[in-house]
Amino acid sequence: MIYDIEYETMPREALQAIQLKRLQATLERVYATVPFYRDKFEQAGITPADIRSLDDLGKVPFTTKQDLRENYPFGMFAAPMDNVVRIHASSGTTGQPTVVGYTARDVKTWSLLMARSLMAGGATRGDMIHNAYGYGLFTGGLGVHYGAERLGASVIPVSGGNTKRQIVIMKDFGPTILTATPSYTLHLAEVADEMGISFGDLNFKYGIFGAEPWSESMRQEIERKLQINAVDIYGLSEVIGPGVAIECYEAKQGLHIFEDHFLPEIIDPQSGEVLPNGKTGELVFTSLSKEAFPIIRYRTRDISALNPQPCVCGRTHVRMTRISGRTDDMLIIRGVNVFPSQIESVLMEMDYTEPHYQLVVDREGSLDALTVKVEVGENHFSDEVKQLQEMSDTIAKNIKDYLGVSARVKLVEPKSIPRSEGKAVRVIDKRKL
Amino acid sequence: MNPEQISVFLENKAGRLAEVTAILAEVDVNIRALAVADTSDFGVLRLIVDDNHKAMRALKNQGFTVSKTEVVAAKVSDRPGGLHFILKVLQANGLNVEYMYAFVQQSGDDAVMIFRFEDIARALKILADNNVTVIGGDKLYNM
Repeated sequence: MIYDIEYETMPREALQAIQLKRLQATLERVYATVPFYRDKFEQAGITPADIRSLDDLGKVPFTTKQDLRENYPFGMFAAPMDNVVRIHASSGTTGQPTVVGYTARDVKTWSLLMARSLMAGGATRGDMIHNAYGYGLFTGGLGVHYGAERLGASVIPVSGGNTKRQIVIMKDFGPTILTATPSYTLHLAEVADEMGISFGDLNFKYGIFGAEPWSESMRQEIERKLQINAVDIYGLSEVIGPGVAIECYEAKQGLHIFEDHFLPEIIDPQSGEVLPNGKTGELVFTSLSKEAFPIIRYRTRDISALNPQPCVCGRTHVRMTRISGRTDDMLIIRGVNVFPSQIESVLMEMDYTEPHYQLVVDREGSLDALTVKVEVGENHFSDEVKQLQEMSDTIAKNIKDYLGVSARVKLVEPKSIPRSEGKAVRVIDKRKL
Repeated sequence: MNPEQISVFLENKAGRLAEVTAILAEVDVNIRALAVADTSDFGVLRLIVDDNHKAMRALKNQGFTVSKTEVVAAKVSDRPGGLHFILKVLQANGLNVEYMYAFVQQSGDDAVMIFRFEDIARALKILADNNVTVIGGDKLYNM
């Protein structure tokens, strides 16, 4: 089902005309109100008037996370604080947090995009949404919340944590849609299991999962364990929050980017060169309608590719492939690029392995050493050491075949890898560089 | 019924074995025989106890990975060549012993060995054909 037929299925030519008009207005706005952008444009020798086509966007300088940090907290705002009705911030685990603001119209736009997203993921007016994304400075919780209300669905603002209570609510209230991070979803399934409650007996039909990279095999795992349809949602607070792109449940083949509000590009992360459709690289976004916090050519550090093929669902908006990693999550081990999500794929393709794993990178002498810890669950435990050893050897061999990097596999006891209520800690890098 | 052994996955960390024995002591389960097979990273603890059900539930509740395996308990005459006789018979029939360990208690004048076979039915037949006495689960747990 499509929430916003007019815009979501608009012919490409009409869509591009809207994009150009909105892009020019956005550039005018930031040039006039944000000193950072004015300086950047001047250094590049351009003014907004030089952007006469969508292709001209390539002349505009990129914006990076570092730029946002240097303008902490409100330096990038393009609206007076009087008009800002909401402030969110990123967690800042890797440095200073980045702060974003919303005008009343921005909140309305965001709600609309989240209503579109929820419906693309299977939700309708009559649904009850169990929203286990965290509420607070993080955009996940409130993003889904406003979208659900806009859609007219009933939303349970349960937020993250207090897992046992969540299971009881699921059982008693009978929500039909689950929104959460994929790793927390697997945690929910585990706890439900321990409480003797089967997800199959609950009312869930669809799940909308995001805020961290996950793999196709993890989708299958979630769909099997929860007996639902699972789709991927994408967003980041710097662009708006969740609701930048959503997978339709009809195809489950990449995420439609809401192109009437965001202009995507894929670039080579090293050279900054714009890559053609279908090529994998770093995803870059320009917002087209935001007032308080417009963003110009923002380098997300997320790795994806764009697919312009028409989709069975009827949406005309371009699709991005599921995020395969991050340019900054990328580990370089003995010169090989390794993403934690690739290790996950290897593990999940061997169906006797639970997806609880952790990568530990250390330096032995002058060489990088990768250890992959994998939890041994009941399904593949054997009383024979020989068989466990074989399993561990096969995992190491598959990692080597798949990624081209040698890893030491360490089988560990269940629950010995820390579980997080939000995002999973998949990598420990002990290298001192 | 053939005896059943409980196997527990253990990381090679100080104190893990003591945690298992503490859990079993707490629920009043008596360990009748025990063997550990280990590598540098992990080990498998194999146990014969007097109450499998209670032991497994307690260990699982504490988050251990546990499994149950059917084994054979055979009487071995307690004299030179006693064990060799059984192994010779098994070898002659091309039957592989996955692993084995000794039971603590004697059965009369005989020692008792625990054997793990892939093909348990065939093993039982060969042992019977050669007049080796095997001990059932209920008797073994309370010997």
